[in-house]
Amino acid sequence: MRVSRGTRLSLRVVALGYLFVLLGVPIGVILWRTFEPGLSEFIASISTPAAKSALNLSLLIVAITVPVNVVFGVATALALVRGRFRGRGLLQAVVDLPFAVSPIVVGVSLIMLWGVNGWFGALDRAGFQVIFGIPGMVLATIFVTLPFVVREVEPVLHEIGQEQEQAASTLGANGWQTFWRITLPAIRWGLTYGVVLTVARALGEFGAVIMVSSGFPGVSQTLTLLVHSRYIDDHNTYGAYAAATLLMGIALVVLLLMTLLDRKRSDR
Amino acid sequence: MITVTSARKQYGAFAALDDVSLDIPSGSLTALLGPSGSGKSTLLRSIAGLEELDSGTVTIEGRDVTDEPPQRRGIGFVFQHYAAFKHMTVRDNVAFGLTIRKRPKAETAKKVDELLEIVGLDGFQHRYPAQLSGGQRQRMALARALAVDPQVLLLDEPFGALDAKVRTDLRQWLRRLHDEVHVTTVLVTHDQEEALDVADRIAVLNQGRIEQVGDPVTLYERPANDFVMSFLGSVAHLGGQLVRPHDIALERDRATALALDAKVPDSPGVIDAVVERVVPLGFEVRVDLRADSGERFAAQITRRDAAELQLREGETIHARAVGRSSVVDHDPALAI
Repeated sequence: MRVSRGTRLSLRVVALGYLFVLLGVPIGVILWRTFEPGLSEFIASISTPAAKSALNLSLLIVAITVPVNVVFGVATALALVRGRFRGRGLLQAVVDLPFAVSPIVVGVSLIMLWGVNGWFGALDRAGFQVIFGIPGMVLATIFVTLPFVVREVEPVLHEIGQEQEQAASTLGANGWQTFWRITLPAIRWGLTYGVVLTVARALGEFGAVIMVSSGFPGVSQTLTLLVHSRYIDDHNTYGAYAAATLLMGIALVVLLLMTLLDRKRSDR
Repeated sequence: MITVTSARKQYGAFAALDDVSLDIPSGSLTALLGPSGSGKSTLLRSIAGLEELDSGTVTIEGRDVTDEPPQRRGIGFVFQHYAAFKHMTVRDNVAFGLTIRKRPKAETAKKVDELLEIVGLDGFQHRYPAQLSGGQRQRMALARALAVDPQVLLLDEPFGALDAKVRTDLRQWLRRLHDEVHVTTVLVTHDQEEALDVADRIAVLNQGRIEQVGDPVTLYERPANDFVMSFLGSVAHLGGQLVRPHDIALERDRATALALDAKVPDSPGVIDAVVERVVPLGFEVRVDLRADSGERFAAQITRRDAAELQLREGETIHARAVGRSSVVDHDPALAI
């Protein structure tokens, strides 16, 4: 298609302008507000006990969520692509549920299940606190991030087919060896992408986590919850900006990593 | 020797293998030949263990492997679409079976280099499959299958995805390789020319059953039934019988034709036909004919016979079958 120079230029201006207004300006304002009082102020604000604990908690949740999603995500994707069993269509639909259900609903349902008066409330009464504790926040995060690995790995599995795995088995590899040496390297990039998306979502999840967190600063606040509470509860506007900047920094590192990996993938 | 006994495999209502029994002698190069859906690939994959039989047994060199997974059958398998390990170099692809068996590194490297030389991929060690042509990939796949010293080599339409020239080259090459390596080889193909070209034995399959097994000459000259006859080589319909085009003789004189035909037992008789076209094919001449019944057939005669007959399009000629004019009665002694 041939596009005249004028059209091309105005298309660019519109696209860039759109991005600038919707993404650039808000991010720019936060960065400007964060670093306006100087770097030392920023560092002081993100190294309070509450901020440190929030960072640690966020990273802890990511550290638990990612391996769980990788193991179960790959297993689910394998079952969906390779399995021939009744209820596969149902499983296919269930995997997408977290995309469809509002996170706040996830939080409510978790409380109904694991809360003191819930179905599994006995656990809580026995002293193992799920709701308003770390386990509840991890459960909520796993729920909302569950589809990413499955949906990234699934099309890759479809594409590679089964012949390579069959070839490996005729060459003497057992199921486990075939998985590690053939299947896993083949789905590597899809899996990486799924992990990156999982990390980004786990860091940023708000709705589901706030429902099941007790929200005590320095105890059960993730970085995202900290931004919210500093702004709404403490009217500590600057502290909210600083924490948001830290959150963005981590997200930026993840995004950068993703782009680098993506470039590597397209090289092959 | 590979022995398949009473193999059955059902896909829903479709019988891919319908009570198939087959012996494949050690050291032979056997082709499983048949149209698509005849069960030839299913039979090969059952020997490999990539497909599970509903009933029946498979033994390889005297060992019952029916319930063994592919990795414990001592086989090498080559796929139509190469099944190259895309994330590994050529060297790692070929070394795969040896790496799995934890052979010493030096031994593996030596063996891989030897095999790559045999298949003509010397110097390609560090390439990735994506950097090879189709023919090179398939030769790599062959080297990979041979690296583990399989008792039997199984090839599933190995040249099917290659273009005509490469296909012919590679099958000549496979024939020579087999003469050197002597590993029992089973090749699946739907191409009768390919089967006649490389195999020393052919099993013809149709609708999940084995129609006939034998050497190429027997199958061509003494087919067990119409299916085998029409699948191997071209045929003409003459008076309700199947005849090879070069087994048809043409006579100008009807009386001569009748006299000569009387000497041939069970012949379809003398057919009067109009010459529609005369096509010179180099050494031979193909004559397209139309019988009085309206049925069209072709006769293939030598250039000399054609010159003597002085055929012109539109004139009537008398066709008769010479030699064996139809399929022999199925002789069980020929089948195995």
